[in-house]
Amino acid sequence: MRRRLAGISLFGVLALTAAACGNGGGGGGGTPSSDAPVTITMWTRAATQAQSERLVKAYNSTHKNQVKLTVIPTDNYQPRIAAAAGARQLPDVFAADVIFVPNYTSQGLFLDITDKIAALPYKDKLAPSHMKLGTLEGRQYTLPHTLDLSVWFWNKDLYEKAGLDPEQGPKSLKEFAQHATTIQDKLGEDGKVHGTFFGGNCGGCYVFTFWPSVWAAGGQVMNPEGTTSLNDQPAMTEVFKIWRELYEKKATGPTAKEEQGPTWTGFFPKGEIGVMPMPSTTLGLMPKDMKIGVTPIAGPDGGESTFVGGDSVGIAATTRNAEAAWEFLSWTVSDEAQVEVMARNKDVVARTDLAGNKYSSEDPRVVLINSLVAKGQTPFALRFGQTYNDPQGPWLRLAREAVFGDAAKVAQLNADVTKSLQQQ
Amino acid sequence: MTLTATRSSRGRAAHAAPPARWRGRKVQGWLYAAPTAVIVGVLFVAPLVLVVWMSLNRWPLLGQATFNAPANYLKITGNPLFVDAVLFTLKYTAITTVLLSGVALGLALLVQERRPGIAFFRTAFFLPGAVGFAAAGLLFYGMLNNDFGPIDPMLQALGITSEPVKWIGTPNMALFSTITLVLWRFAGFNMLILLTGLQAIPTEVYEAARSDGAGRWQIFTKITLPLLRPTLALMLILSVTGSLLAFDQFFVFTNGGPDNSTVSMVMVVYRDAFFRFDLGGAAALSVVLLVALVGLNSLMMRRLR
Repeated sequence: MRRRLAGISLFGVLALTAAACGNGGGGGGGTPSSDAPVTITMWTRAATQAQSERLVKAYNSTHKNQVKLTVIPTDNYQPRIAAAAGARQLPDVFAADVIFVPNYTSQGLFLDITDKIAALPYKDKLAPSHMKLGTLEGRQYTLPHTLDLSVWFWNKDLYEKAGLDPEQGPKSLKEFAQHATTIQDKLGEDGKVHGTFFGGNCGGCYVFTFWPSVWAAGGQVMNPEGTTSLNDQPAMTEVFKIWRELYEKKATGPTAKEEQGPTWTGFFPKGEIGVMPMPSTTLGLMPKDMKIGVTPIAGPDGGESTFVGGDSVGIAATTRNAEAAWEFLSWTVSDEAQVEVMARNKDVVARTDLAGNKYSSEDPRVVLINSLVAKGQTPFALRFGQTYNDPQGPWLRLAREAVFGDAAKVAQLNADVTKSLQQQ
Repeated sequence: MTLTATRSSRGRAAHAAPPARWRGRKVQGWLYAAPTAVIVGVLFVAPLVLVVWMSLNRWPLLGQATFNAPANYLKITGNPLFVDAVLFTLKYTAITTVLLSGVALGLALLVQERRPGIAFFRTAFFLPGAVGFAAAGLLFYGMLNNDFGPIDPMLQALGITSEPVKWIGTPNMALFSTITLVLWRFAGFNMLILLTGLQAIPTEVYEAARSDGAGRWQIFTKITLPLLRPTLALMLILSVTGSLLAFDQFFVFTNGGPDNSTVSMVMVVYRDAFFRFDLGGAAALSVVLLVALVGLNSLMMRRLR
């Protein structure tokens, strides 16, 4: 019996030793030779899944190296990145909401690709807002991956039924409110059609859809350093007031207050909403037979602006496949990828020199969206995600009080937003 | 004196030369325990030590940690969500534990006796326990959703409500809906625990009580409850611990809303770690939560013994 036990023990020790040797010695042997095809891993969030999938598919069909894409639900993306970074298990390449990029670069998650970007012939033509947020202390870490601009979509059929001019979208936020109210009054009796809609319990939705009205009116939402919130200033409170009135008039649909974000863009394609802010990336996903007008987001009395959102993409600092990763990344901003993959599918191109291309000119709405890249803004703040996107962050509380609750609390809550922005 | 010396020397002799067979059995015992010891060591002790060490450091996502004790502990009270989350979690724990105990006990009493078809009811009551908790949260989110959920149209068709109910639209309704979810998910499981306790009570005790003229209420309060005490204690400890560590139901179903009214303590830990990237601060919160849980459970076990 004892001999048998001793034998089992020895076998166990040997097995463990062999396993340990296998792990320890595998590093060198795992490095691919320069000629062997490499499969790199990539993560992206569901919000820009369609664009990432198209790019990866086109790349994989024309290149020896391959990209294995993993799509992660948008709400869980930031925690997944954090958990993977903590465990040193980041993919080779990962895209990220452009507004989170400053935080990621400050945490050292991306590889410095300044020299590689400098060698690109079109380095000065890359989407400026994305490049700005991917730069930290003079070093560059990311390339633009997708551009997602906030614009107003209006349903031409509902406009016509409500007696509005179907070819004329709103030119100001006040006019937007009038159109939404008219549609609600004329067509909303059965409870299926609503004047407008917005994500009332979604911090990211508020910044994406409300802030352009502030910028269009010449205001700002933060100082340039992203450390002081200006969301208690008249430019912002005036915008809140107009949306509050829309909610009180029941022109926003009854569930706007509870909308947490995942389904906020799902109602417009069903033909249930008259006019609402939408992400430009959804234009290519709208029903083919639906007549949709697109117009820039305006301020209370006019002007135009947009939130230049979307994703940037970078190489993880922990990758072992930096060269293969760069080969893919640089291809995604090439003429071929930008025109034949992005523009062809009505997406905004990531290079200003390709804004007018053979595909965009076919649809004036795409030309309009492309033209807004230069007029829009992408706010910079190191603590953006935890302040504005986090459901437990201070911004959502402020926005909800301003639109649904006690607007007098905005000044006090704005101090909490600033405090969060300044957190070390 | 002589007697003591003799006993001591006997004892020493006994310890000095244990039979070889005993030594073999001792080694065998260690080997049997080894797999469990390794699992506990790797999956519990090592992470616990790591979390305590993290809580004493500024711990970036990538790069070197720097020792900063006790900064992570000192800033806990300054966390804007912490106090509200503690109060909310305690409130949730109290309500859930009372309701869950009551419902589970009621169900267990209903199905304790063997009758035709009783297996169907036992299975039906237990079945929600087989649904993953996150999946259950998503299921309730869909069922109670004002835009596409089937519950609102059904209630309106039956004339019970005239307009959609804001199931997670107000703090009280969000708590009510979440507790309903938890009851649905866990009542059957707790019923099963109590059922084992009920069936361990000898029928002779009941018969003796009945022959002494005891009524149903007297039997319940004087026999069933006292004899069920150890099982109830187990159920209470599981319920209190589970409720204090509540996360899935709020994360998936209410997302902490509306207006941070359903933020549990574990959600604060999660937020600090994965939204604020403050891994050291999140570890400190976890350690505090663990100490509180160990203290509370010790207290409960002492009281309920």
